[in-house]
Amino acid sequence: MIKLDAKIPEGPIKDKWTNHKFNMKLVNPANKRKYDIIVVGSGLAGASAAASLGELGYNVKVITFHDSPRRAHSIAAQGGINAAKNYQNDGDSVYRLFYDTVKGGDFRAREANVYRLAEVSNNIIDQCVAQGVPFARDYGGLLDNRSFGGALVSRTFYARGQTGQQLLLGAYSAMNRQIALGKVKVYARREMLDVVLVDGVAKGVVCRNLLNGEIEKYSAHAVVLATGGYANVFFLSTNAMNCNTTAIWRAHKKGAAFANPCYTQIHPTCLPVHGENQSKLTLMSESLRNDGRIWVSKIKGDMRKPNDIPEEERDYYLERKYPTYGNLSPRDISSRAAKEAVDDGRGAQGRDSVYLDFRDAIKRLGQNVIEERYGNLFEMYETITGENPYKIPMQIYPAPHYTMGGLWVDYNLMSSIPGLFVAGEANFSDHGANRLGASALMQGLADGYFVLPFTVSNYLAGDKPTLVKEDHPEFVAVAKSIDDMTNKLLSIKGKRTVDDIHKQLGRLMWNKVGMARNEKGLKEVIGEIAQLREEFWKNVNVVGDAKDVNQCLERAGRLADYLELGELMAVDSLHRNESCGGHFRTEYQTEEGEALRDDENFAYVGAWEYIEAGKWELNKEPLEFENIHLATRSYK
Amino acid sequence: MNVEKLNLTLKIWRQKSINTPGSFVEYKISVSPDSSFLEMLDDLNNDLESKNLEPVAFESDCREGICGTCDLVIQGQPHGPVPKIATCQLHMRNFRDGETIWVEPFRAKAFPIIKDLIVDRTALDKIQQAGGFISVNTGSVPDGNAIPIPKDHAGLSMDAAACIGCGACVAACKNASAMLFVSAKVSQFALLPQGQPERYQRVQAMVKVMDELGFGSCSNTYACEAECPKGISVKNIARMNRDYLMAKVKAE
Repeated sequence: MIKLDAKIPEGPIKDKWTNHKFNMKLVNPANKRKYDIIVVGSGLAGASAAASLGELGYNVKVITFHDSPRRAHSIAAQGGINAAKNYQNDGDSVYRLFYDTVKGGDFRAREANVYRLAEVSNNIIDQCVAQGVPFARDYGGLLDNRSFGGALVSRTFYARGQTGQQLLLGAYSAMNRQIALGKVKVYARREMLDVVLVDGVAKGVVCRNLLNGEIEKYSAHAVVLATGGYANVFFLSTNAMNCNTTAIWRAHKKGAAFANPCYTQIHPTCLPVHGENQSKLTLMSESLRNDGRIWVSKIKGDMRKPNDIPEEERDYYLERKYPTYGNLSPRDISSRAAKEAVDDGRGAQGRDSVYLDFRDAIKRLGQNVIEERYGNLFEMYETITGENPYKIPMQIYPAPHYTMGGLWVDYNLMSSIPGLFVAGEANFSDHGANRLGASALMQGLADGYFVLPFTVSNYLAGDKPTLVKEDHPEFVAVAKSIDDMTNKLLSIKGKRTVDDIHKQLGRLMWNKVGMARNEKGLKEVIGEIAQLREEFWKNVNVVGDAKDVNQCLERAGRLADYLELGELMAVDSLHRNESCGGHFRTEYQTEEGEALRDDENFAYVGAWEYIEAGKWELNKEPLEFENIHLATRSYK
Repeated sequence: MNVEKLNLTLKIWRQKSINTPGSFVEYKISVSPDSSFLEMLDDLNNDLESKNLEPVAFESDCREGICGTCDLVIQGQPHGPVPKIATCQLHMRNFRDGETIWVEPFRAKAFPIIKDLIVDRTALDKIQQAGGFISVNTGSVPDGNAIPIPKDHAGLSMDAAACIGCGACVAACKNASAMLFVSAKVSQFALLPQGQPERYQRVQAMVKVMDELGFGSCSNTYACEAECPKGISVKNIARMNRDYLMAKVKAE
């Protein structure tokens, strides 16, 4: 049994972080250069952590599987980043951002962490401006804001539709400066395949060099994992092709508890699947729902073209079911309603999609207004689908987008393995059961710029970890286990390709551990995933050599981990007999079809401890809400 | 949505490593016009793997045109025949049934081939490490609104900052010059008040490393702008040249 001590500081919520910073131990400036820190991942959390730790004087080794750290998937975030600046004088405050985030997370996040996130959010904006991030400005030259879902204030900062790109380039440039100064060294095209523990403490990682297949050992006094989320377990998601769970999953198998794996966010407005060979899904900004009307035919199996379906035979189901919010209903509700319509046999021309129609808006406002508002998005839609959305209604469908679950961490962002820190989407800490728009960028940078520099220093000064040499027997043993796994994968020589099995896993996950889950489906899928895992290890065909560029081998290793994680997601979903945020169990809903939480029995973090393949033990961290009272989440 | 499949002949560059000679290998494929170009290559690879043959090595990640990982030369053009998109945004409906499609890696002295269609573009990182940043430490900064920035300056800076670092400008240039890339980076900071203190040092440091890494000279053909998936303007090159000259004058 893992002992979960969240280490939440004493005192009122407003003072916790300030007091904690004062109480933390410091490393003498002259001694900092004696410490090595490994950061795995170079997205917002990883790059900002590496830059900030390098500035403090530590020796930082950054490991990324990309060819350049600037390509991490944070770069694809479109909308923006939240901060409680209250530049709009519209009533925002740190406390309101804290409140909105806890409520948006359906009361399944740790209050103290969320408050700290809101507290440092303003520093992030200042930091990015100073780095030269070209945020949008108003005519007076001051920073501009836009509004996002789940908030009644305008607190989202943005750089056109490329906010993630600009923030990542900012963090990357800060890291480049440290590279030039010799404090950060980047090991690109390396995939971390395991963490090395000595006496239960993290001492380094072992990687595969993706250029030549060499297994490389890296030791350090502390290790930070900032390796993102696991939505690619669904095969089709809005994540990048190479996003994977391997780093956190292998750490989990070494003893790091995995928290709330069932909390996954399904985004309602993505482009639908066009065919079997689809490789990923593309997100369309949610803002389209301001003017577009969502509908399907009232008739099952209606194969008519959308423009041939008369008005009275159209079912504007969101407007019908949720008259107050209509087409702007929250993400989870809109996603589930689309699935219901498709499951009912009323998808657009028999496909897994629904219509998003701008006909009425164009009639009301004129095409030029719609073009002004959404021109880029319409163009993107036409590039991908070949259809003109000004004339033919768009087709959209929900897609896996973000994972709120991740490795369990305490208030210091340290996992249940001493010396192993986890930041950004890879940890579970701040979003509870549902993440609000524009909060992922905020969390990644908060962790990297403003939390880890303090808490990693505190660990180094307090625990005084020692450096283990890379020829230590533990390093050698871990490297050998990786070699063994590689050889095993290459020797199976079965009949099915890696992608073929991954697609099957994706379908299982989507159908039974996706937007709506139930006991029967979950019980079935646990067995089905275990069976597929068995088939993988008997019948996959991994071609190529171990000691060469081998993308097939890379994909196979990642899939092996998804085949284990998928089962844990189902186990977690099955155990959580309630609905909350991104976890919706059809047995637990209100009469209006809203998520029905069970605070009496499930107001805790479910942190799973790995025993062996297909076997876990549940540890619970109770969640206490001292500042925000538990209430039914309602946006009506 | 289209149902008719396209039957195509692919001529794909295969090369085991930098030290072995490469050549075009022919493949036949039948593909849905709704498929993206890279999904077609996924299909081809899945087929090769199922025949126990080694798949074509190529790179991609976000498949939304923003990470800059994908980097193919298709029909002789970096990122293919459709302007202002990255390879991952190219769809098969832009090709005709029966067409032969030539697929090559980005070719430049500064981008050595790693395998098949994968090249090494770390030279672009090295240029940025030489000065592509503003020297501020975490936490030691003023309020974000302390220095107002005129809206059009922020806009021009953003135009330059939109560069995805794919290197298509280098691949498009007959001299394999990286001027468009470097000038976009230089301009982003030169246009902002925060970038002024290091403005002239920065441009000299970045240009110096660019020259050392084997990129060619700019001869103003504008092929870079024409092939840039983000439409980065050659005006940035003019701005960089101006700053570079000014830096030399100031140094005297």
